Amino acid sequence: MAELQVEIVAADHFVWSGAAKKLIKARTVNGEIGVLPGHVPTLAVLAAGDLEIEPVSGSRFTVQIDGGFLSVDSDRVVIVADNAVLDNAA
Amino acid sequence: MGAQIRVYRQKIASTSSMRKIFKAMELIAASRIGKARSRVAASLPYANAITRAVTAVASQADVDHPLTTEPDNVRRAAVLVMTSDRGLAGSYSASVLKQAEHLVELLREEGKEVKTYLVGRKAQAYFDFRSREYARVWTGNTDSPHFETARELREILLEDFATDYEQGGVDEIHVVYTQFKSMVTQEPTVIRLLPLEVVEEETETPTDELLPLYEFEPSPEEVLDALLPRYIDSRLFNAQLQAAASELAARQRAMKAAGDNAGELIKKYTRLRNNARQAEITQELSEIVAGADALND
Repeated sequence: MAELQVEIVAADHFVWSGAAKKLIKARTVNGEIGVLPGHVPTLAVLAAGDLEIEPVSGSRFTVQIDGGFLSVDSDRVVIVADNAVLDNAA
Repeated sequence: MGAQIRVYRQKIASTSSMRKIFKAMELIAASRIGKARSRVAASLPYANAITRAVTAVASQADVDHPLTTEPDNVRRAAVLVMTSDRGLAGSYSASVLKQAEHLVELLREEGKEVKTYLVGRKAQAYFDFRSREYARVWTGNTDSPHFETARELREILLEDFATDYEQGGVDEIHVVYTQFKSMVTQEPTVIRLLPLEVVEEETETPTDELLPLYEFEPSPEEVLDALLPRYIDSRLFNAQLQAAASELAARQRAMKAAGDNAGELIKKYTRLRNNARQAEITQELSEIVAGADALND
């Protein structure tokens, strides 16, 4: 199965990048969005909230962000946040 | 004669303690440059991602945004000058200020009023000393800037940009900062921040790559509304980080030169001191010999 290449960057540092099965959910200004491989290219404005990711290896984790935007194009997901904190439950 | 030796000794002592200070400052600056440079590098992914997104929106959605529209008639321009808080960095602040003066003169020749915003105590001191007016000044942390400062700068600048000329608003915004090219070259640079020209800089991806057709959530206008301020943030922050790295590099170089000069001075004074001491000994000897001769006669 295809997978997503996810990259999360904050204003002054790099947060996380890696392969993921899916982006469970992210909160946009309009509501929640989920991204699976093969998603249509999208640019979305994110609101403050949690972002949940299921990586290929390891268990799912959440990232707290306080606004930013999300871009998806050909299975490459870039999340640009003003500030992002990784909640590593694993 | 003895007095002369004492003067040289004092000079040697004070120069060597100064040399210690210069050396320490050089080492501190050197150790902090690495960190400043890695912060510049750490801010690149964000800048690249934003630039890419802005380019994507601008290329396919034909939206007119107030931030990207050229005003018909520029009557007042804002100039943001980024200098350091502390001195002892050679010509660092001076060359930025010189560049800023140059720009202001140019803008005035074009018949524009100029409103200045300052960053760093050195710029403030320069303007205060000449009793020139400035709209606002930010001081503190010029050698390790915070992202919040960039955002605050952007908020104030955008507010002025949105205001009409009659109410004291500005029609374009320029930024003067020092670009960090390498450890030995830092160049005072002027960029026009607003109205925006989206420039692709320092992107690693090949530019001829086709951008996909994006769907916008909620709408192209709103995405652009959210993106552009962040784009400005990232450009301002990048300018601040580069200025910080340049400041430290300039300081390191200046302190190295000062330390070397102090070493030269110490060498010179040591020679003079030895000379004086030898002269004293010679004189004493000749006095003794002359005295003995006088007794023998």
